[in-house]
Amino acid sequence: MVNKILKRFYTFLIFLFLYAPIIVLIVFSFNNSKSRGVWNGFTLKWYIELFKDSQVLKALYNTILIAISSSLISTILGTIAAIGIFYMNGFSKKVILNLNYMPVLNPDIVTAVSLMTLYRFLKIDFGLLTMLLSHITFCIPYVVLSVLPKLKQMNKHLPEAAMDLGATPMYALRKVIIPEIMPGIITGGLMAFTLSIDDFVISFFNTGHGVSNLSITIYSMARRGINPVINALSTLMFIGMLILLLIINKRADINNEERG
Amino acid sequence: MKFKRFTIPYILWLSLFIVIPLLLIVFYALSSGDSQNFSTFEFSFASLERFFSSPVYIKVLIRSVRLAVVSTVICLILGYPIAYIISKENPKKRNVLILMFVIPMWMNFLLRTYAWLTLLGKSGIINSIIMKLGFQPLELLYNDTAILLGMVYNFLPFMVLPIFSVLTKIDFKLIEAAEDLGANKITTFRRVVFPLSLPGVMTGISMVFIPAVSTFVISDLLGGSKASLIGNLIEQQFRYTGDWHFGSAMSIILMVFILITMALTSKFDKEKEGEGGGLW
Repeated sequence: MVNKILKRFYTFLIFLFLYAPIIVLIVFSFNNSKSRGVWNGFTLKWYIELFKDSQVLKALYNTILIAISSSLISTILGTIAAIGIFYMNGFSKKVILNLNYMPVLNPDIVTAVSLMTLYRFLKIDFGLLTMLLSHITFCIPYVVLSVLPKLKQMNKHLPEAAMDLGATPMYALRKVIIPEIMPGIITGGLMAFTLSIDDFVISFFNTGHGVSNLSITIYSMARRGINPVINALSTLMFIGMLILLLIINKRADINNEERG
Repeated sequence: MKFKRFTIPYILWLSLFIVIPLLLIVFYALSSGDSQNFSTFEFSFASLERFFSSPVYIKVLIRSVRLAVVSTVICLILGYPIAYIISKENPKKRNVLILMFVIPMWMNFLLRTYAWLTLLGKSGIINSIIMKLGFQPLELLYNDTAILLGMVYNFLPFMVLPIFSVLTKIDFKLIEAAEDLGANKITTFRRVVFPLSLPGVMTGISMVFIPAVSTFVISDLLGGSKASLIGNLIEQQFRYTGDWHFGSAMSIILMVFILITMALTSKFDKEKEGEGGGLW
């Protein structure tokens, strides 16, 4: 009994630790005072200020633009790559899989500075393009990793049967393989989207003068000190991410049910 | 089968955006000259020498590794029990609890760190409570404790999730067998459950250690200007000072540390081949 209470209490403490800062952030986004210690009544003025801030709006636009385009491109490239990797074998497959793990395992800062040197080497101007290319680079591996298990689950004889019955490989790909691995493709795409929205380190190093996304804007605001506008922004971003998470989770449930 | 050829675009992409950049970093680290002008580059160990001959840089490296190790240990001590408790719940409650663990991770990493700024600041909530009680406000921010707190807060889920996923996969019959053979609860845990959960622990350790040792955001926001870690040094070289040779040399040193960690932890990780992305 004592044991049980102790467990409950510990679980409660850990969740308090995890959620207290977020709750404080959200609550104080409605606080009618710049100070963080005192509650001065309810207000929406920080939200209004947020939507008047042209810098934040521009950053939001860049973030969404990059997230949509990088997740689309990395989903397409990653899916094609995963199908190719699935049908490979031996040493070359291992090499590609390990290279695919590089951006996942390497610390962000190393990936970021190495890409920075590449763009300098190729004399590409830093800006939206370099940010987009970097985002695609770190998103593809996650798409590959979420499509590959679906390919493994697929009945290998299905595409073979289709081709025996006269389908061209491309037709079999479109009509048999892609539908079979669709859940993995969508999960991978959503993951790429959220990773891109959430990224700071790689964007920070690979952006050009005057081009920023939300993370970079938050960073420069936070370095200047506390700003209730950030609280309002974080509340909105938290709600946005929560909705995305619920969608992904729903998808995971559906996938599990399909698997039986 | 023809589909093998589908890897060609990705191989090109990987070569251009992963392999060549890493080679460039090595190239920068082992050369000197004007960072902006490739024609001035010469082979030299100057950057590496500069790092290892200066006590200041060595101190920063030691500090980064020390803080990362301490935060990893704290994450393990805090995280293992909670992963264990959650894994013992019935499946329905378990899923809800683990989802609750994942949710904060979906908040932007900077905002999670920023949240502590509002809690620990001079006029933050903790200090206003302390002052209401009649005490002097404490200096909670801009020290190593604040950095550790930020690391543990940000990376705790990376420890809990892999341990949790290994714990739920343990065959319950093994535990029953141990108990049937007369082991008490503590012995069962020590001799059966814990050894079986080691792969998860090792994954957790590397997933906490790697971002912790390479962070520059947490130390920048919570540690103030005086507290720099190796990540901050690299950031400064690439963003402000412009000595990319030195920055690359430090990146290589950082990577070596991470490779050592992974070599140590991956011995236990039998499941590495296959699914991947154990976090999700």
